[in-house]
Amino acid sequence: MSSAPDRRGNGRARGAPSKDVFQKRFILAGDERDAADAQRALLRALEEHGFEPASRFAIRLALEEALINAFKHGNRNDPAKRVTLDCRVGREAVVIDISDEGEGFDLDAVPDPTEEENLQIPSGRGIMLMRSFMSEVDFHPPGNRVRMVYRRPGAATG
Amino acid sequence: MTSAASRLRVAEEAGVTRIEFVDRNILDEANIQQIGEEINRIIDAEPQPRILISFDNVDHLSSAALGTLITINNKIRSKDGQLRLANIDKQIYEVFVITKLNKLFQIHETVDQALTSFT
Repeated sequence: MSSAPDRRGNGRARGAPSKDVFQKRFILAGDERDAADAQRALLRALEEHGFEPASRFAIRLALEEALINAFKHGNRNDPAKRVTLDCRVGREAVVIDISDEGEGFDLDAVPDPTEEENLQIPSGRGIMLMRSFMSEVDFHPPGNRVRMVYRRPGAATG
Repeated sequence: MTSAASRLRVAEEAGVTRIEFVDRNILDEANIQQIGEEINRIIDAEPQPRILISFDNVDHLSSAALGTLITINNKIRSKDGQLRLANIDKQIYEVFVITKLNKLFQIHETVDQALTSFT
């Protein structure tokens, strides 16, 4: 199988199922409707790509937590600042990149919410849930950009 | 005063206030804040609140909703009251387990089991 560009076509790699990939960038203001529209579009793409309810639950939860972090802790609810959401939904994996216009944060300074003394503290569980429900979560310095990857259960890694 | 419709269904049953959510998704921050305020008013009205929150129909919740539940639990405990959670969907229960909040809350499979657990 060749991956050379198809000279008859528009340069798309031969055999690459690009029509099966949902890829979209959303520039979100602090308006909750914006975020809700983006989430709906992503959820629709997940359904169309045959992701099971458990996978959709995991991705939706992680996306919600990451967006809340970006708006609230990153942009500090500043209406002049934006959050950029890039989604890529393929057959085997979902990649979500989120960046905010804040100063970032020190990941090591986030306390473990499951420690006995922290159980009654009402906040600080978002990152933990993102890590638990996604296959990979990587914060890029200074911490205002995160990449989350979800691999369909049973899909090959790498 | 807010004129927003209630986000809760509330019923009294054998000395217990039973609360259900109107929403299937408890994600939206404004909704979560309203839910917290409504439950706080219920707690304020009882000298020793006995509250059962049933998660019928709830498909999703966020860490902000967990935070509100923790605040509610702390307030009920400060009044020597009791809080029980019941009917939690399997995936949402996993969220409680991951965060170890299943240790903090008394969670029952069914409303009937939760009702009989009040002392």
